[in-house]
Amino acid sequence: MSDTRDWPLYEIFIRARGGLDHKHVGSVHAADATMAIEHARDVYTRRMEGISIWAVRATDITASDPAESDALFEPARDKIYRHPTFYDIPKEVETL
Amino acid sequence: MYTQGLNEQTGRPVAAEATEDEARLRAFQARIDAEEKIEPKDWMPDAYRQTLIRQISQHAHSEIVGMLPEGNWITRAPSLMRKSILIAKVQDEGGHGAYLYSAAETLGVSRAELIDQLLSGRAKYSSIFNYPTLSWADVGAIGWLVDGAAIMNQIPLCRCSYGPYARAMIRICKEESFHQRQGYDIMLKLARGTAAQRRMAQDALDRWWWPSLMMFGPPDAASMHTAHSVRWKIKRFTNDELRQKFVDFTVPQAKFLGLNVPDPALRWDAEAGMHRYGEIDWTEFNQVLKGHGPCNRERLAERRAAHEDGRWVREAAAAHAAKHGARAAA
Ligand SMILES: [Fe+2]
Ligand SMILES: [Fe+2]
Repeated sequence: MSDTRDWPLYEIFIRARGGLDHKHVGSVHAADATMAIEHARDVYTRRMEGISIWAVRATDITASDPAESDALFEPARDKIYRHPTFYDIPKEVETL
Repeated sequence: MYTQGLNEQTGRPVAAEATEDEARLRAFQARIDAEEKIEPKDWMPDAYRQTLIRQISQHAHSEIVGMLPEGNWITRAPSLMRKSILIAKVQDEGGHGAYLYSAAETLGVSRAELIDQLLSGRAKYSSIFNYPTLSWADVGAIGWLVDGAAIMNQIPLCRCSYGPYARAMIRICKEESFHQRQGYDIMLKLARGTAAQRRMAQDALDRWWWPSLMMFGPPDAASMHTAHSVRWKIKRFTNDELRQKFVDFTVPQAKFLGLNVPDPALRWDAEAGMHRYGEIDWTEFNQVLKGHGPCNRERLAERRAAHEDGRWVREAAAAHAAKHGARAAA
């Protein structure tokens, strides 16, 4: 009934305003990258939600594995000395 | 709501969790209880995945089929402004379908599969879209009542435990308010218009009131998926709770329009602080859901025709992409 194969999936990233990062908003199917941008315009920016669009083939994204996230992020967990709040500075010392 | 068909048992039963790893299940439930969001690559019980695929895809199908009853009036909207508004609203509904298909696909089902389920008639969509739009006032009644009921249901879904669904719902809810207000605005103009226009508005309310109440799905006592969905924080309120809220919000709005809600049993219960309403005709609801509503066949035929008529465009785009891809690679 429907077509047997989907067009490739593109993940869509949008910059809402100048000065902001592109942020993931969702995905669209499209025959090619040009069409992905056009679809993303229609699907995700009908109310001026963006001034710039990135479309990335979903298969081109490498993601970390949530099952491995403990091992991946653990090394940062006990390094609280990386945060400014770790250091006790006497009140008398100003602008530090 | 847009997912009333969840009561229908298709595919594997929801109780398949017994076979899955107990410890993982406990950890999963603990994350849900702590209001953490579940993301696509996280481990999840198969029953959770299947429930979500069915709920999100039924919701998506409802948005897509929901374009038809209103689309029917685009060429006959009474002014250029009303036409522009209606086109924008119908386009939004198409967008809602796209956000939701996209969210469903993160659970491992393909878009082609979902579309195929809709076009072959295997998938369910909301019963409300199987009623005809007979007059311009129906476009007002749909925005006011149908989108109003949808908002009632969709706001709690913004906090659903599954991240991609919750994010799609936030996007949708931002757009729904416009839908409801433009509908009420149409009703207001008619209610303040000529006697004939007031009759049109009343006639639309008469026909859309009960089907709108049915949108919230079967009564809690007959709803078999609620307990699971509540525990998994897919659903936060029961069908009857949301229906009650809708009645309490809507009755004063009808009063303001000077229209009568077509329910002789409707009354304000001061002690309970809520409206009491009459018995819903669940036989009609079940008939519509089973495919025997006034427009079920017409809606599916229209979707199929649109899909077939668009085939050459999809094929041409694929051919164009293949040609340019080959040229770029050369
Ligand atoms: Fe919608
Ligand atoms: Fe809507």
